[in-house]
Amino acid sequence: MIITIIQRAVMQGTPLLLGSTGEILTEKSGHLNLGIPGIMYVGAISGVAGSFLYENSLANPAAINPFLAVFIPLICSLLGSVLMGLIYCFLTVTLRANQNVTGLALTTFGIGIGNFFGGSLIKLVNLDVPSIALSTTSTIFKTPLPFADKLGWFGDIFLSYGFLVYVAIIVAILSSFILNKTRTGLHLRAVGESPETADAAGINVTKYKYLSTCIGSAIAGLGGLYYVMDYANGVWSNNGFGDRGWLSIALVIFSVWRPSVSILGSILFGFLYVIPTYIPNISVSAKKLFEMLPYVVTIIVLIITSMRNKKENQPPAALGLPYFREER
Amino acid sequence: MEKNIALELKNITKTFGSVVANKNISLQVRKGEILSILGENGSGKTTLMNMVSGIYFPDSGQIFADGKEIVIASPKDAFNHKIGMIHQHFKLVDVFSAAENIVLGLADEKKFDMPAYVEKIKEITEQYGFELDPHKKIYEMSVSEKQTVEIIKVLFRGADILILDEPTAVLTPQETVKLFKVLRNMRDAGKAIIIITHKLHEVLSLSDNVAVLRKGEYVGTVKTAETNESELTEMMVGKKVSLNIERSEPTNCEDRLIVENIKCVNRDGIKLLDNVSFEARSGEILGIAGIAGSGQRELLEAIAGLQHLDGGSVFYNNPETGEKENLRDKTPLEIRQMGVRLAFVPEDRLGMGLVGNMDIIDNMMLRSYKKGKSMFLQRKSPKTLAEKIIESLEVVTPSATTPVRRLSGGNVQKILVGREIASSPTVLMAAYPVRGLDINSSYTIYNLLNEQKQKGAAVIFVGEDLDVLIELCDRIMVIGSGRITGIVDGRNTTKEEIGILMTKSAEDKGDEQ
Amino acid sequence: MKKIENFFTSAITGSLAHIIKRDDIVWWKAWGIRLIAIVLALIVCGIVTVSLTDLNPLEMYATMIDGAVGTSRLVWNLFQNTAILLCVSLAVTPAFKMKFWNIGAEGQVLAGGLATASCMIFLGEKLPTPLLILVMLISSILAGALWGLVPAYFKTRFNSNETLFTLMMNYVIIQIVAFFTLEWSMPKGSGTPRTLEFGQLPTLFGQKYLINILIVALLTALVYIYLKYSKQGYEISVVGESEKTARYIGINVKKVILRTMAISGALCGIAGFLLVAGTDHSLKSDTAGGRGFTAIMVSWLAKFNPIFMIFTSLLIVFLQKGASKISEVYRLNSSFSDIITGIIIFFIIGSEFFINYRIKFNKKEANV
Repeated sequence: MIITIIQRAVMQGTPLLLGSTGEILTEKSGHLNLGIPGIMYVGAISGVAGSFLYENSLANPAAINPFLAVFIPLICSLLGSVLMGLIYCFLTVTLRANQNVTGLALTTFGIGIGNFFGGSLIKLVNLDVPSIALSTTSTIFKTPLPFADKLGWFGDIFLSYGFLVYVAIIVAILSSFILNKTRTGLHLRAVGESPETADAAGINVTKYKYLSTCIGSAIAGLGGLYYVMDYANGVWSNNGFGDRGWLSIALVIFSVWRPSVSILGSILFGFLYVIPTYIPNISVSAKKLFEMLPYVVTIIVLIITSMRNKKENQPPAALGLPYFREER
Repeated sequence: MEKNIALELKNITKTFGSVVANKNISLQVRKGEILSILGENGSGKTTLMNMVSGIYFPDSGQIFADGKEIVIASPKDAFNHKIGMIHQHFKLVDVFSAAENIVLGLADEKKFDMPAYVEKIKEITEQYGFELDPHKKIYEMSVSEKQTVEIIKVLFRGADILILDEPTAVLTPQETVKLFKVLRNMRDAGKAIIIITHKLHEVLSLSDNVAVLRKGEYVGTVKTAETNESELTEMMVGKKVSLNIERSEPTNCEDRLIVENIKCVNRDGIKLLDNVSFEARSGEILGIAGIAGSGQRELLEAIAGLQHLDGGSVFYNNPETGEKENLRDKTPLEIRQMGVRLAFVPEDRLGMGLVGNMDIIDNMMLRSYKKGKSMFLQRKSPKTLAEKIIESLEVVTPSATTPVRRLSGGNVQKILVGREIASSPTVLMAAYPVRGLDINSSYTIYNLLNEQKQKGAAVIFVGEDLDVLIELCDRIMVIGSGRITGIVDGRNTTKEEIGILMTKSAEDKGDEQ
Repeated sequence: MKKIENFFTSAITGSLAHIIKRDDIVWWKAWGIRLIAIVLALIVCGIVTVSLTDLNPLEMYATMIDGAVGTSRLVWNLFQNTAILLCVSLAVTPAFKMKFWNIGAEGQVLAGGLATASCMIFLGEKLPTPLLILVMLISSILAGALWGLVPAYFKTRFNSNETLFTLMMNYVIIQIVAFFTLEWSMPKGSGTPRTLEFGQLPTLFGQKYLINILIVALLTALVYIYLKYSKQGYEISVVGESEKTARYIGINVKKVILRTMAISGALCGIAGFLLVAGTDHSLKSDTAGGRGFTAIMVSWLAKFNPIFMIFTSLLIVFLQKGASKISEVYRLNSSFSDIITGIIIFFIIGSEFFINYRIKFNKKEANV
């Protein structure tokens, strides 16, 4: 049973991990992107749409090309999320709009896009299918690593997931590495901490803001794609993604802006999410209180970090603040 | 042309609007030389050097490096010509280590190799005798360590010409000694160094040559070995200019404000106010002279209840009750509730004294809105007051409902001073009230201060123009590095006397070397 | 290739053009720019709609108007929805004027709704209706204020980031409400929220929603007066504009932050009260329905002016209702309205830039 719990916790945690890694990259450039929930919806629906059109263009589902089945939704998802990131950047960086208002509008817009196309895609392309169920594609997304079923508990815990889980972990580790050990990371952190200083040091602040937000959006969008293709078995249901976008933002705070900590944090959040299922005799309503725990834990982390006031554990100093060089 | 001239400026002129900041300035600095640029506040030293470091672009004139004419349009250009400037306000990322800040923005094609960078930083620190831990975070550093980081940042990029803007303004005497040692090492290694300063003793002890600026103009360059304090002071302050500011005899003087031994220490342990004691008397204007940042702001804010003190007391002698009350550690509101009619015209007009986005009437209310028991605002009397001020002080504004940020500097100041004196204060403090104002507005302000003096207020005037201080004030108190270095009679003093007092204190505290 | 790249970097970084802050802009120009933005947005919405349906744009707008104000029931519905959204927008405004980013309105509304619902359930049979309604109102105000005060307290005490804090508070209360909804559902645990019989707001002149609308109209006037004419409102503006000035004139900044957030939360609480007792007569975790977030945009678009907020909230609700009509007619998903709302808001947000700044295109290589 423990193995199943861990597996489910990891699967629950993966969208959050991708979402939070994306958001951390964005926040490191000084932008609090509250549009992440919307971006994750768009990432999911773009992938679904691509895959749906591809699957339905085939005469026989068995004829599916595994490479295209992964490649098409992946590219569509990335494009969709980057486009959302670009809208956000254009408004907040170039047009200097308020970040919170823009982010919230982007979330409304993105969730709208997700649910609208999720609910109307079939009608829009005039196909005669009852619902969006991409089971063939989902099977490919869910293919575990080789030997997963031959290595007993080890295989179950470490090798049994679809490739996006590993992508999520690799991306988080890679982000940590880039942020802490490379010149690009140093420059990006400088932009989020003190854009004036970065600017004076000859760093192109705007470029960094655009790149980190768009790459962050792309990563977060993959979280949406993972959820629908792997976790939900390729079945789209409106609002099925729930509040995972906000949980991702909570995870950013919980992991004090460190993608590597996010890996463990996401599993913990996932664990809190699935644990009530395994408590005997728990009422449906009490499960709701369990779902509250990640947020409560996050608030406690937020309070503790501000109480201890340790500089390294604070949000990027310029988070949420607009930056523009004074004209001379 | 001499071979070892590192940098030469020829006929540089720069204007901002109608203000001429630099007029036809020419000077040169050699390799292995320390050149001081000496001048009062506002004499154009920093503007001149900002043109060399690529922050401003000159209107006319030429810049030569190594004998070749160069164009510096951006800080990057300056770096390319091996010119580096250390500004007064450090540009560092707080949560980064020293090494991370030093390599920030470095555009070399090589691999990002932190250990190698740290090695190179250590080499530089050893070569010139700096003390710095490359792994220490900026937020854990003292001001002097931060300055070290800034200097190494410039050296790391291979600068041969270093410009330091007021490098000792934020340092303790001991730290100053260390800095000078390092600067001499750099000179001996063949670097050309320019320091902007207005401290005479530093000029004399450190530099090889001194270039003096006064009011945007170049006065001359002298060899340090062949000059002395009084010659430099004279070059710096110039001949006395008569301004014809009226000054009445003080009447009914009594001690209104008695400041006793107040102390104020900042986070870095630097004494902003060090045992300051003085009296401000009713019916007279007390001038405060000193180099900018010597503790003037802290002093006024301490009296106004905005600055926490680490010692001493501020007594107010209430003319109505005859009682002596201590204002220390009281909030501005408590001070007002005690019946102290204290008016304060802060240096930061639109950031503190007034709210830029509010109209004139609402700005009038800042002081008075709490009056009365009603929970609603009463805009009638502020409106009357606004109209009265607009009329009597000839404020140029479309209407009383215009946001103050849209008014010109002089008009903003008239609004602020007008509001502050409206409560017929017993103490009026004004910090640099004529900074940035045209001549007519300045005279309006002088007249208002004089009027308050005649009405019996104790007026405290913080100024930078010595001519004005000498003609306006009855007594002039000179402050240097947070200490009172002297109080002189405004009627019998000279600019030289004040100038020497202004630069005196740091010398007393710890002669370097 | 390099040239194109250069063009893009310079377009993005702004070296292609010079951006100058406008000192001031005449009011009609500012509104003209906003109007152009709305027209452009409507055109884009039209293109989107037409490409998804086979409506022509004129038909599309006719359908929208029909969907929003086609029948008197729809009109009442429109006003009722506007009233609630306006109420939440009014609530967030004092905090925003103080530059305190309260994005926890969603949660504060739910806190008020939860308090109201508990009173209706536990005191419903014990108290006479007028007294019950009074108790409901007071407890909703207290609950909303409490939910607003928690982040404010930590802001003043430890300088905790209020945006993140208030955001998290939303989801705590959403789950709490989800818990109670299930606990109280009939039959228990079924998930069908219980209809709350006692303490429903009265029907005035045969109109179910009239009382909601009247209460919000009253609140609008009160908030307008509070912000513009009261001493506390004045203090909020000063703190928001410059904390330094606030301290200079002796305002206790922490006290103002706490007080204002209590008011902000209390108003949200009232919105929750109106939703539960006046509109839905039930409580669900989505009772607030995202209004807490939409309200932020409404308030911001109206430049924090309660009177303008009447129009911005009406505009948004109108669009939402109109767009759902289109999706209804074309049997498309109802989320269509969110897309339309998003597009309109993007354009208005973007237009602010052109109100605040002037763009001067650089002549070729004109340096400095």
